[in-house]
Amino acid sequence: MDATGFSLITLVLFLPMVGFTILMFMREEQASQIRWTALGVSIVTFVASLLLWAGFDSSQPGLQMVQRWDWLPTYGISYYVGIDGLSLLLVILTTFIMPLAILSSFRAHVLHERGREKLYYMFMMLLEWAMIGVFVVQDLMIFYIFWEITLVPMYFLIGIWGAEKRVYAAVKFFLYTMAGSILMLLAILYVGLQAGTFALPEIIANVQNGTLVFPGDGLFSTQSFLFLGFLIAFAIKVPIWPLHSWLPDAHVQAPTAGSVILAGVLLKMGTYGIVRFCLPMFPDASVQWAPIIATLAVIGIIYGAWVSYAQQDVKKLVAYSSVSHLGFVVLGIFALNAQGLSGATLQMVNHGLSTGGLFLLVGMLYERRHTKDINAYGGIWKVMPLLGGISLFVTLSSMGLPGLNGFIGEFTILMGTFGSDVLGFFFALFATLGVILAAVYMLYMFQKVFMGEVTKPENENLEPLHWQEIAVMIPLIIAILWIGLQPAPFFQTMDASVNALVTHVQEHFPTVAQLP
Amino acid sequence: MFHIPTLEELNLIGALPAIALATWAVILLVIDLFIPKDRKQTTAWLALGGIVFAFAANLLVFNNNSDAFSGLYRADAFTGMLNIVILGAAALGVLLSMDYLKRAGIERGEFYALLLLSVVGMMFMAGANDLIVVFVALELLSIPLYVLTAFRAPELKSEEAGLKYFILGAFSSAFFVYGAALIYGATGTTQLNGVFDAIGMALSGEGQALALLLLGSGLVLVGLGFKVAVVPFHAWTPDVYEGAPTPLTAFMSVGSKTAGFAALLRIMVVGLPTLMVQMTDVTAAWQTTVWLIAAATLILGNFVALAQTNIKRLLAYSSIAHAGYILMAVAAAGTTGVADMAVQSALIYLLAYMFTNIGAFAVALAIEKDDGTGTDLKDFIGLSRSRPVLALMMAVFMLSLTGIPLTGGFIGKFFVFRATLEAGLVPLAIIGVLTSVVSAFYYIRVVVNMYLTDGAGDPAVGATARVNWATYIAFAGTLLIGVLPVLVTALSDRVVLSALIP
Repeated sequence: MDATGFSLITLVLFLPMVGFTILMFMREEQASQIRWTALGVSIVTFVASLLLWAGFDSSQPGLQMVQRWDWLPTYGISYYVGIDGLSLLLVILTTFIMPLAILSSFRAHVLHERGREKLYYMFMMLLEWAMIGVFVVQDLMIFYIFWEITLVPMYFLIGIWGAEKRVYAAVKFFLYTMAGSILMLLAILYVGLQAGTFALPEIIANVQNGTLVFPGDGLFSTQSFLFLGFLIAFAIKVPIWPLHSWLPDAHVQAPTAGSVILAGVLLKMGTYGIVRFCLPMFPDASVQWAPIIATLAVIGIIYGAWVSYAQQDVKKLVAYSSVSHLGFVVLGIFALNAQGLSGATLQMVNHGLSTGGLFLLVGMLYERRHTKDINAYGGIWKVMPLLGGISLFVTLSSMGLPGLNGFIGEFTILMGTFGSDVLGFFFALFATLGVILAAVYMLYMFQKVFMGEVTKPENENLEPLHWQEIAVMIPLIIAILWIGLQPAPFFQTMDASVNALVTHVQEHFPTVAQLP
Repeated sequence: MFHIPTLEELNLIGALPAIALATWAVILLVIDLFIPKDRKQTTAWLALGGIVFAFAANLLVFNNNSDAFSGLYRADAFTGMLNIVILGAAALGVLLSMDYLKRAGIERGEFYALLLLSVVGMMFMAGANDLIVVFVALELLSIPLYVLTAFRAPELKSEEAGLKYFILGAFSSAFFVYGAALIYGATGTTQLNGVFDAIGMALSGEGQALALLLLGSGLVLVGLGFKVAVVPFHAWTPDVYEGAPTPLTAFMSVGSKTAGFAALLRIMVVGLPTLMVQMTDVTAAWQTTVWLIAAATLILGNFVALAQTNIKRLLAYSSIAHAGYILMAVAAAGTTGVADMAVQSALIYLLAYMFTNIGAFAVALAIEKDDGTGTDLKDFIGLSRSRPVLALMMAVFMLSLTGIPLTGGFIGKFFVFRATLEAGLVPLAIIGVLTSVVSAFYYIRVVVNMYLTDGAGDPAVGATARVNWATYIAFAGTLLIGVLPVLVTALSDRVVLSALIP
């Protein structure tokens, strides 16, 4: 597995930095060129990431296209990239969402008002680089570096181009997530000192063959503390209830593209982290803590749905729905079986598409009416039938209508939870309640905004959709339909990796361990 | 009776950088008399030349690994790396001073000569292997700094700062010298290797030696604690940093801290590593004290910094907090077997801190008005529009001080936390990371003012070409350490202080 050659992953990873550098040398006045350069680079990155998929062998459970360069050799830290089925899908989600987010910014009112477009797109490129890095890096330290770096551009995106309370939201976002991740740094250092290396595959191999043992007896063992050190960082990012309070602020205050990236990709870094780091490195603790975390996840599912229903701010409603949806993902992960885990991974992608789409649509409404108050709308379908149609489609996808992507993910997760050895019937039951509630608040929102008569005179003459806005939505619609109707290729991509991981974790189930 | 050492025994080549700079400082004092009043920049360039020469000489003797002055001065990688930090800080300090002194109307040649003398003191402190030499070096570095702090006289704040620094500095020297005397009393020598050799015998004898050593090392800690500004010996820092001319603040915030930690590490790791209450202990007796001081420093420094509205005072409290992080490494050095890792981490931290902190002060100096005002946090409002490059660099310095990856500050924290964990001081490490979240809050405020708050933006009159160059160098250093830490570890990996410990 020690590869020193050049990997395609490095190309995908550093393409955004190439874009960053090009943008750096452009002048602020070349606004149009700046936009198209950013879009162009992000599309090239997307195409390159498709090449990753093309070259990916889905029968292999391990890492592929590995590349490893020394960074701090004496301390066991290396630039170590590789992908497996889990990270591949998330890399593609990232590179898929980015061009859409960038294209949606072209017409954003706030950019024209506050200016500094060059800086904006530079931050976009930096963000894409860091996010891809999080998903492909296989070294704990380098992972931490990318993980923390994502904070900086997102902080500025919210803080400079956000809504009225942007400074508060940006600072809260920064401090909240930093507080979580800095404890992870200690856990990473501890693991690195114990293992003598920061390379994740080596650490996992040593955990598997028993040469590296973190005492994992009971809920308050060394392993549990390490597990929690990682988990808290990830839980804040996901966010798992009750650590979600930064999310509504950040989402509501962020510019549209910021919300899209936040919901589409950044939150997945948390769930991905749990799958990538917590489960394989600390299998005992994962098994022991699974019911507790899953309980929090179920609370999050219901709480998120409940609070969503009460919102009068459309963006806040969608934001809280994220808490609910991500609860499903966490539940699926801690079912600790193949169905739950593959459902969760697919649901990560689904949530990125659906919720990202919803934020884009809310953004389009906001551009026209400059309000997020749900009561300011009503009867929009009559004025903008195309927007209404697309919105209905994405809303249905988000609430899990069979035939669309959300259903596949949620259904698989519920199946996995139901058949799980560590969770079981009641978790599935309460989570199903969440599915029903999702239908309630989603349809409530759709009805309030789009149905009925036009009651407000301001809504009578809304500008129809621009071709760029349609262009943003078309890829999303295709992806939503594709996953909904043909999920097999997605499951196939991750199956081998998921099975390998699940087998590893299930060896640490109490009942299995006691067998002779 | 007295043996007069030969030149070979003195081995002056080992101390060449410091000796050369000392000579040059004295010569410069004379040369300056012949330089006309309106061309004092020449003195500055000559001083800078001396620093560059000393820097080159330091690189030449980096691998020398020998004793000079019959074992009073040790020229090893530890000294060499600290000299890099000290001379780097001095060079940047001189670059920052040139235009500043002129516009503040205090351009006098002795500024540079005094600065060089202080640098010499720091360099001797880095190499000192004897308590007496540490004391002499401490005085040599401090006395010029007292004068320089009051260099803006008759301005009240500057005079007050100078006097305050002088009085507290005198106290701290007294503490140190008394502590050194007690250690001498217990071991019969002031030479650190001798102290180490004698300590086992002294401890196995009757109980008095232990008491003397504990008290002595405690007083040494107090004396040097003043110099590096750790709680509860920090009270002078904000006033002195605020009152002193800004380029001097930039220089001494790094330089005197580096020298203080150099002496502290050398005394604790070379002289007193086996000072243990029980023979079966694995940690030195001073570890708990240092640990508690570090924790108090981290908490107080970071929380009080939250309330600051002036960038110089904010950076003063931040420098107290950073002393706390470095002190974490000192505490870690008290565990048997971790000493070298801890010393290396402290050196890496100091090097990264040198670039970052001087850079931050350079930007503060750039927006400072000629009369010394204009360093409030609100003066940063809108800087990203009026001076985008300056604001960008300041943002990176602030992120580096917070410890965000890809900056030097992160690398420093990484190594310090690593050593702390290896030493088994998990609670201290947790305090360290949590207080750095607190620190994010006040560093971010500077970024908020520069980028997120709309305003006219300061024209940054102080950002002359030389100030810009100093800032660029600091910026490049900060990023370079962050992206390629291997450059620093290549140096720090050679540092072995504990070679004598069995």
